[in-house]
Amino acid sequence: MTRQIPLHKLAHARAGDKGNISCVSVWAYDPGDYLLIKEQLTAERIKQSFPRLIQGEVVRYELDQLNGLNFVMYDALEGGVNTSLGLDSHGKSWSYLILSLPMEVPENRKAH
Amino acid sequence: MLRMGSGAGFSSDRLAPAIDLARDGALDWLVFETIGERTLAFGHRDRQLDPSRGFNPQLAARMRSVLQHCRDNKTRIMTNMGVANVPAAAQVIIDVARELGLKGLRVATVEGDEVTDQLTDETVLFDYGNKKISEVGRPLVGANAYLGCDAILPAIATDADIIITGRVADPSLFLAPLASHYDWQLDDWNKLGRGTLVGHLMECGMQITGGYFADPGLKDVPRLADCGYPIAEVDTDGEVTITKLETAGGGVTERTVKEQLLYEVHDPARYLTPDVTANFSGVNISETGPSRVHISQATGHERPEKLKVTVGFDGGFLGEAGISYAGPNAAARARLARDILIDLLDRIQGAAGNYRIDLIGLNSLHATAHDNSTDSEDVRVRVAMRTMDRDLAAMMLWEVEALLCCGPAGGGGYRGQITPSVITHSTMIDRDAVAPTTKVYTA
Repeated sequence: MTRQIPLHKLAHARAGDKGNISCVSVWAYDPGDYLLIKEQLTAERIKQSFPRLIQGEVVRYELDQLNGLNFVMYDALEGGVNTSLGLDSHGKSWSYLILSLPMEVPENRKAH
Repeated sequence: MLRMGSGAGFSSDRLAPAIDLARDGALDWLVFETIGERTLAFGHRDRQLDPSRGFNPQLAARMRSVLQHCRDNKTRIMTNMGVANVPAAAQVIIDVARELGLKGLRVATVEGDEVTDQLTDETVLFDYGNKKISEVGRPLVGANAYLGCDAILPAIATDADIIITGRVADPSLFLAPLASHYDWQLDDWNKLGRGTLVGHLMECGMQITGGYFADPGLKDVPRLADCGYPIAEVDTDGEVTITKLETAGGGVTERTVKEQLLYEVHDPARYLTPDVTANFSGVNISETGPSRVHISQATGHERPEKLKVTVGFDGGFLGEAGISYAGPNAAARARLARDILIDLLDRIQGAAGNYRIDLIGLNSLHATAHDNSTDSEDVRVRVAMRTMDRDLAAMMLWEVEALLCCGPAGGGGYRGQITPSVITHSTMIDRDAVAPTTKVYTA
């Protein structure tokens, strides 16, 4: 049996930008959760979760020894810092978009 | 051990913790990194309006606050606060030094990054679908190549107290003092890769000591209001311990270091700078004491063949205006205000498609990403418009302000502003097309 909790409870993240490319790194708080996150938080899932925002491809890089994943999202900043009309034209808050995605965890997993 | 501190990680970064480091950090180098793609383009625009400007607006304030401490502690300063006008910036530092009675203080400049005159209408912009500059359809403001460590080393060799540059790669501001101090060869890719990692971790200032990190209840940061800038202690092989002043707030932890390790990095195995193709993919991070984190195992490969160039264009004007609704039915009143604005703005010739309206409090930052909206009784209608026509932006502000009397009930808190806008793209240039130079000024 599994239940859903937001990724925010399992991992921390930081967003950065270069032109119209957003990158968000995601780090498991507990190394024991890393494999579960790696399995569920795929590049395809990120792309499919935000189809209007992410116009280009999503590439994932894995740093297993640090329990971290790096997502590079192309054409994902509505033009980027100098072109976007959005309030957060850097996409500084895109880390929390990803952290809001639900993760399936075992029913008996202890709560944080 | 070479001991380097950060005194700024962006153009408007905080001053007080830089003074603390200059006074108490026992630093060999204090590094102020202040250039972004936007600030560089604004530097060009400032210089066009006034030939004596175009450098970081906080340069004089920062120098006035740290120069005496740095002289007392034999700390040298490295900074890219020259932005788009390095000679004028050097003169400002000389003037401040004289004002403080620091006779004999020497400033060395690094110039040669500006390549505006070498670009043509045919120059291809690789980040813009390989379109040509002529296809952007906007006036060119200025273009700068990212210079590297090799351009900075001659300035360090002058033994000047302060090195001031324009556009150099951010990590090179830290790598150059390391390569100079430890006599690293410029094709010792592993050492350059490690020195570049030091620069990458340090270049954003407090982003490694607790800034851009806190998330109450999950990632708490002690005394964030008094957060200190980081200190890097680097050995002869480029292995580094990141720490901070004991008296400063914030904290350096495995988690703050991890987040900064990949900040604005795409492929961790191929981090490109003018100096090296650095590989961060195999690094180890270990906490060795309170706010002491050791980072090792970065490597490097041969540097990229060409230099990256940021090309700035006149982006016209960004107009932004807002009005707020609160209390019962606030969301419905805000939506009505939005619909009125869409109706009116679309009738203003040329406005359709140039603007965007967000409902702050319901869904704004993530409004494109998803439709989820929160319940709120405190909603701000925000309109943003980018246009080459300042009058059009002014008309938009007027329509938002008019809602005070002509819009839904209880609208208040109107604010509006029009700011100049720049747009930047990127191209590449041959290394032999730039010829960096160094000049020394004495107070």
